[in-house]
Amino acid sequence: MSVTDRDDAEVLEGLSSQLAMKTLPRFAAGYSALIAAALTAVIVALTPAQGIAGSLVILFLLYMVVQTGWSFAVEGRRFAVDRLATTLVTTMFMIALAALVWIITSVVIRGLSSFSVDFLTSTMRNVSPLREGGGLLHALVGTLEQVGMAALIAVPISILVAIYLVEYGRGKLSTWVTFFVDVMTGVPSIVAGLFIYTFWVLTFGFERSGFAASLALTILMIPVIVRSTEEMLKIVPNDLREASYALGVPKWKTILRIVIPTAFGGIVTGIMLSIARVAGETAPLLLTTFLSQSMNGNLMAGPQASIPTFVWDQISSGTPASIDRAWAGALVLILVVVIFYGLARLVAKLTAPASE
Amino acid sequence: MGDRVFTNLTRLAGIFVLVLMAAIGAFLVWKAIPAFRDNTGNFFTTQEWFPDASPPFFGIAALAFGTAISSVVAMVIAVPVAIGTALFIGFYASRRIATSLGFIIDVLAAVPSIIYGLWGLQVLMLHMDGITKWLNDYLGFIPLFRNEIGIYTKSIFIASVVLAIMILPTISALSREVFLQVPRSHREASLALGATRWEMIRMAVIPFGRPGVISATMLGLGRALGETIAVALILSAAFEINWHITEPSGNTFAANIALKWNEAGPIGLSALIASGLILFIITLVVNMIARAIIAKHKEFSGANG
Amino acid sequence: MKIARSTKVAAFAAAGALALVGCSSDSGSSSESPAAGGGQIGGADCATGTIKASGSSAQKNAMTEWINAYQTACEGATIEYSPSGSSAGRADFINNQVAFAGSDSAMEGDELQQAAARCDATPPINIPMVGGAIALTYNLEGVDNLVLTPDVTAKIFNNEITNWNDPALAEVNPEVSLPDAPIAQFHRSDGSGTTDNFTQWMAATAPDAWPYEPGSDWTAKGGQGSKGSDGVAASVKSTPNSIGYVELSFVETQGLKAASVDNGGGPVAPNADTATAGLASAKVTPNPDAGEGDLTMEIDYAVQDSAAYPVLLLTYEIVCQSGNAADTLPLTQSFLTYTASTEGQSMLSGIGYVPLPGELETQVADAVNSLS
Repeated sequence: MSVTDRDDAEVLEGLSSQLAMKTLPRFAAGYSALIAAALTAVIVALTPAQGIAGSLVILFLLYMVVQTGWSFAVEGRRFAVDRLATTLVTTMFMIALAALVWIITSVVIRGLSSFSVDFLTSTMRNVSPLREGGGLLHALVGTLEQVGMAALIAVPISILVAIYLVEYGRGKLSTWVTFFVDVMTGVPSIVAGLFIYTFWVLTFGFERSGFAASLALTILMIPVIVRSTEEMLKIVPNDLREASYALGVPKWKTILRIVIPTAFGGIVTGIMLSIARVAGETAPLLLTTFLSQSMNGNLMAGPQASIPTFVWDQISSGTPASIDRAWAGALVLILVVVIFYGLARLVAKLTAPASE
Repeated sequence: MGDRVFTNLTRLAGIFVLVLMAAIGAFLVWKAIPAFRDNTGNFFTTQEWFPDASPPFFGIAALAFGTAISSVVAMVIAVPVAIGTALFIGFYASRRIATSLGFIIDVLAAVPSIIYGLWGLQVLMLHMDGITKWLNDYLGFIPLFRNEIGIYTKSIFIASVVLAIMILPTISALSREVFLQVPRSHREASLALGATRWEMIRMAVIPFGRPGVISATMLGLGRALGETIAVALILSAAFEINWHITEPSGNTFAANIALKWNEAGPIGLSALIASGLILFIITLVVNMIARAIIAKHKEFSGANG
Repeated sequence: MKIARSTKVAAFAAAGALALVGCSSDSGSSSESPAAGGGQIGGADCATGTIKASGSSAQKNAMTEWINAYQTACEGATIEYSPSGSSAGRADFINNQVAFAGSDSAMEGDELQQAAARCDATPPINIPMVGGAIALTYNLEGVDNLVLTPDVTAKIFNNEITNWNDPALAEVNPEVSLPDAPIAQFHRSDGSGTTDNFTQWMAATAPDAWPYEPGSDWTAKGGQGSKGSDGVAASVKSTPNSIGYVELSFVETQGLKAASVDNGGGPVAPNADTATAGLASAKVTPNPDAGEGDLTMEIDYAVQDSAAYPVLLLTYEIVCQSGNAADTLPLTQSFLTYTASTEGQSMLSGIGYVPLPGELETQVADAVNSLS
């Protein structure tokens, strides 16, 4: 979608610099790096040991100084700043990527070592924490049911709230709702669990169940979906709304037919992020569900496992076999999220308006 | 007709949120009363936490400190990296790579916190000695980085790094989403005027995206403030105010609730809820500040603002 | 003793290998009576249905093994034990969420009154079921037989002794050369019955060096906290020159070293035999506020005997003496009969717990038998 503009940008930038002024040679970055490396070698040789990490930091700082200084001398301040910004932005990205790649490879490598088809198709019923084997089918079923039910409750409510705030909201009520949605974002997950436990279990006397967990997760999902949906609805250009009104389409139809479809991709992303936030929530589930080692497909009654509580349970057992199961469980949790997310992306793409 | 039904439906949803929040708030206050009533310490300045002793003696000073400093350090690390990442994907990476990078960051934002906790405990902690020792050796003149006991595990600093990595994709994914919405006309106009890429970002992208980025940052902060399991697994959970963040120490509101909930007596439970209430109020204040910042830049937020 | 030990291990191994199928059981006591579930285990007729229990995480591994063995022998039964913590377990029991609760300390006082509401107005009873030893685990290269006295232990955990070459340590370890290294001390960061029993031992045997009230929360300053016994075990394992306290089972499963404890009668290494001997000195002190047949115990932490390990843990099952719900009573009673049986108890020593002493085992079996 941003094909042309990016290409345009590059062309324009190239043109302006070539036409107007002197530029650094094409491989300036490489030369700067070489100079910086040479300087680093000198510094490391002259001063006490810096270690690998220390040397890399020095190298990086020198690289920035050399390149920016060179550019400042040849191209002037504006382009020097631009190059500096490029270096910084790229570095930030590399740091983020390195950290995240580290996590993912840890989970994949340690998870795969005890992952098998059996792990997906068996439960922990009659499996000793001291031994290998067993699986998380019961937890997978539990998580899908609990998160699915939570989404079923939270999504309609949240989107309606967001529509109210963006399209209708005027006056005191909307100010209060906006404010409390913000506050709700900060409700610690464990407090949400505590709240449901006290009201659903203690006050109403229901047993702890997957559904109680769904209710706790709903509280955590609503503010995330409202906020992201709100943000996406605000970005829909007013021109679209006004064009629709001008054609005599009533406001509610405009919202449902024009505004929501336009913002659909963003809304789905927001929903996914909210699911992401709650799918791994452990604390509220510990209070609202009853840990289980056996299969229970009934969301409404009986002990039901979930993947986060499965991982938590395996970490707590603390035996080598159960720690392995915890990593394998973490891998499955990531896979569930990725698959779910990929599907959602697909939906967003297929239903996106054809305009762009 | 349709309009009225729809309007009322959305208003009803809004009111539901208020009722829900009122219920949670009322419940927190109600359940916290016994703790406030029986506490013989000063709730705000006492660092110890003995709510089940007789008489109960506890306070949130250490918890508040630990929560604040771990979140602040996490934000200091995460926000520049996250925004840099979003800018890189949006305006620096080649288009084909950018699409898949965006997808990866989005997916990473979806990685559940228990995984970050497991990783932080089992992997990262074993590799943090080097950098924390380096901080102590070279920046030890700053009290924050000084380590006087020579043990570098289970520190606020490690917890902050895990928190930072955890909230990084969240902030980045949402910021990227906002940057993508910057009208093409704005960007092209600035480039046509001869602006460099950085000037285009500074003049066209940042002003447009600022409210969205602030909101994304606040979301990340909220996650950092309330994160329970990852922090509980890593921190050493001491009830003291310790500015040396590389020493094993520290505790946060959320982690403390998770750690103490199992064996808390009646007053202990009430005290934990009282601390939850304070966490709740802190987030409330943080959000008010964020609101104020966003309100200042309202003219950029499009639609009905 | 040796022979007895090896049959215990065999029984455990057989159960773990899911060999207890159908009607046969290792104790060889089975006569094929046509019972509810059709089978028998540990002298108990199988019952069917689902029951929930929650509480002490210290007895989690014991419960898991028992549940696995029971479910294997008794096809139609499902028992779920949630290791949510003793206080949470007792709260669950009071709120009628579970059939029985596991707890590191006996239920007493107000809680008994509150729980009576769900037990047909009679207070519940405490039944000791899982015994254990708390090991002082350490990580010192080249040192394999560390000895600690209550006084030295309390000073280490109270940060009065901060270096391994402290003269007080050298005095009780004359044969061992201890390094000049700071002691990295680990305790539980979460509330725990293990902490409760450990601090009770220190308070009972070294009151001068341990001035704090014993309790499930760690109250001393200094040292490092880790979540759960698994967390403490992992921390000790990965930190040189460290010490911590965990249930004996973690020492065995994680390959850690455990110090011998000298209460005054000579150093005693923690193992199933010494801990059972230690438990034998515990006295039954029925709580008059509890139901009839209550078996609240008092551990003698100050026991001085070269064969009895003193740092002990005794966890209870809390259950209605009468007034159990009709749909949970058969399975609860059948399951607890199995866990209290010689077969059930003998399984414990293979996984780091301690079987109850013979006399107590009989009392426990009688108490379970009287449930209604």
